[in-house]
Amino acid sequence: MITFLQQLINGISQGSAYALIALGYTMVYGVLRLINFAHSDVYMFGAFMGYYIANNRTFQEQMGTSLLSAMVVMLGAMVLSAGLGIIIERFAYRPGRTKTRFTLAFWLGVLGAAFGDLLGDSLAAIIGGALIGLAVGVVGELAGFRPVQQDSRLGLLIIAIGVSLFLENGGQLVFGADPKFFPEILPSKSLNIGPLNLDSPKLIVLGVSLVLMILLNIVVNYTKTGKAMRAVSFNLDAAKLMGINTDRIIATTFAMGSALAAAGGILVSLLYPKIEPLMGVNPGLKAFVAAVLGGIGNIPGAMVGGLVLGLAEVMAVWLGSSTYRDAIAFVVLILILLFKPEGIMGKGLVEKV
Amino acid sequence: MRRAIFWIAAILILAGLQTQLAGWIGAYYYKIVILAGVNIILAASLNLINGITGQFSIGHAGFYAIGAYTSASLVHFGESSIRGAVAFLPRFGQDTVLLLLGILVAAMAAGLAGLVVGIPSLRLRGDYLAIVTLGFGEIIRVLILNIDAIGGARGFSDIPPLSNFFFFWVFLFVLVTVSTIHNLVNSSYGRAFISIRDDEIAAEAMGVDTTRFKVLSFVISSMFAGIGGSLFGHYTAYLNPNTFTFVTSFYLIIMIVVGGLGSIGGSILGAVLVTVILEAFRSLSEFRLVGFSILLVLVMIYRPQGLMGSRGMFKFRRKAAVAK
Repeated sequence: MITFLQQLINGISQGSAYALIALGYTMVYGVLRLINFAHSDVYMFGAFMGYYIANNRTFQEQMGTSLLSAMVVMLGAMVLSAGLGIIIERFAYRPGRTKTRFTLAFWLGVLGAAFGDLLGDSLAAIIGGALIGLAVGVVGELAGFRPVQQDSRLGLLIIAIGVSLFLENGGQLVFGADPKFFPEILPSKSLNIGPLNLDSPKLIVLGVSLVLMILLNIVVNYTKTGKAMRAVSFNLDAAKLMGINTDRIIATTFAMGSALAAAGGILVSLLYPKIEPLMGVNPGLKAFVAAVLGGIGNIPGAMVGGLVLGLAEVMAVWLGSSTYRDAIAFVVLILILLFKPEGIMGKGLVEKV
Repeated sequence: MRRAIFWIAAILILAGLQTQLAGWIGAYYYKIVILAGVNIILAASLNLINGITGQFSIGHAGFYAIGAYTSASLVHFGESSIRGAVAFLPRFGQDTVLLLLGILVAAMAAGLAGLVVGIPSLRLRGDYLAIVTLGFGEIIRVLILNIDAIGGARGFSDIPPLSNFFFFWVFLFVLVTVSTIHNLVNSSYGRAFISIRDDEIAAEAMGVDTTRFKVLSFVISSMFAGIGGSLFGHYTAYLNPNTFTFVTSFYLIIMIVVGGLGSIGGSILGAVLVTVILEAFRSLSEFRLVGFSILLVLVMIYRPQGLMGSRGMFKFRRKAAVAK
């Protein structure tokens, strides 16, 4: 019984981390009907941003290790990741919907920077490469290269896969491929209630995710932006006709989802402090499963799905074998899809001719 | 008659090339040519599901893995008894029997897996189907990781190589795959596949048994993926579960999309391009994949129909635009 309670706590804390990442998937799916494969890498990016902020010398001298400094690390990482989310949306996904300018210039600039790094490995080479790339891109756009409207959602999905590969490999280039250890931004304490062991990271993960989810619910249900988001996810074209700036709402959605993923990244790093550029792949897949489990496009569903998945995984590992851990998520997923394809909380969709 | 001449000529040419090729281009390029061949088989078969039937599978690596591991285990565990059964043949003949038997069993196992996955999941549409196939691929990989008899996480070594003529065998099966899919597309079955892609509801209204045809395309595609896996396993003589992650499935999707969804020629082009680009820039380490992913994003933004568009393999004419 005690072990069961202990496993329950572990499962809920693991599940709330999945839920945070799942929210980003579900929100983006809600507005764009797109599986944003790059989301798992935004999660990785968030963890690395937290790592760099917390390890910054001046930051350490000024702030030390306190609750306040931990909050600053988290908020900083969330803001930076939100920025990344907006950039991804603006330069990768928006060109597929509308003929956005500067797309070619942006990507060639990035390519140039990476190539400069390869050749020179100095700041000058990187900036030089980026400028050359930018210039080529601008010339290309002046010459008439314009994005082509995607006629299928498959195209957007491939772009998402491309961005995900880009972030993973870019991460290896910029952050280095070897694992790093996330600093202890909060002193870890162990709390014993009777025979139950609750160490502080688990409680923090649970508490912070709860706060963030409540905040998200307030934003989505009680603010004007939230209302617009719901409208866009209900029907993008109709929302546009009602005078909603859909591009801005989509960007906001990406920013919010990415910030939540970054929070998830830092919280998971409190539990398991090893971070590396490919760390997002597995949690990302599972969070996505959680989103589908709850009913993709449905925000409360993602929270429920995350918790169910976290619990299922921890319980299955407890009762069975840990080597099958990674398969459990998918078995649960396939069972759910076969018997209730719209997910636990999702609404069934009627296909119209 | 023309068909028989085509195949005899193809076999002779491939066999002739086989004797010379390694000498002409060296062992390294020979390996790349073979890998490109395996990728063509995989990409062309995936195109049958994704490009021609219009379903969306991102778990092709699962069927590839099933083929590779089934064939490798059959030959690894059953080598002596099979050799015993055909002991009247010379050594070379025995090897060929083993290889072909491996390929046959791999195709059957992968096809069976395709049937098992396909029947329940093809009731799902679009993204949901994609997720189930992704999940299936991962489950297969985790299962392989946990079966110790076939090496588990260490990988499966000691796979008898059976042949020195892999160029011949791989490209023979490339021809078999491509011509089968090409003929299939131009048959009444292919028309049914295409009608499902273009408008599933209309196809159903016209009397196409959509579930049956979707499962059929899934099974055929899985069988060819199994053949590809079998050839790959015997060629490398070592299999590792990490070869069959969903990243492999992503690369296969990239091949068919870059080449042009629904175009068999495009799949060939895409498979060759992706294989060659990834190999050619191997020395540039991390930059290679950064550049590759940026190019992928740019191709998708600026030419979403892929390099070949949806043009057929031999007829280079544009299809009339279909109003959506």
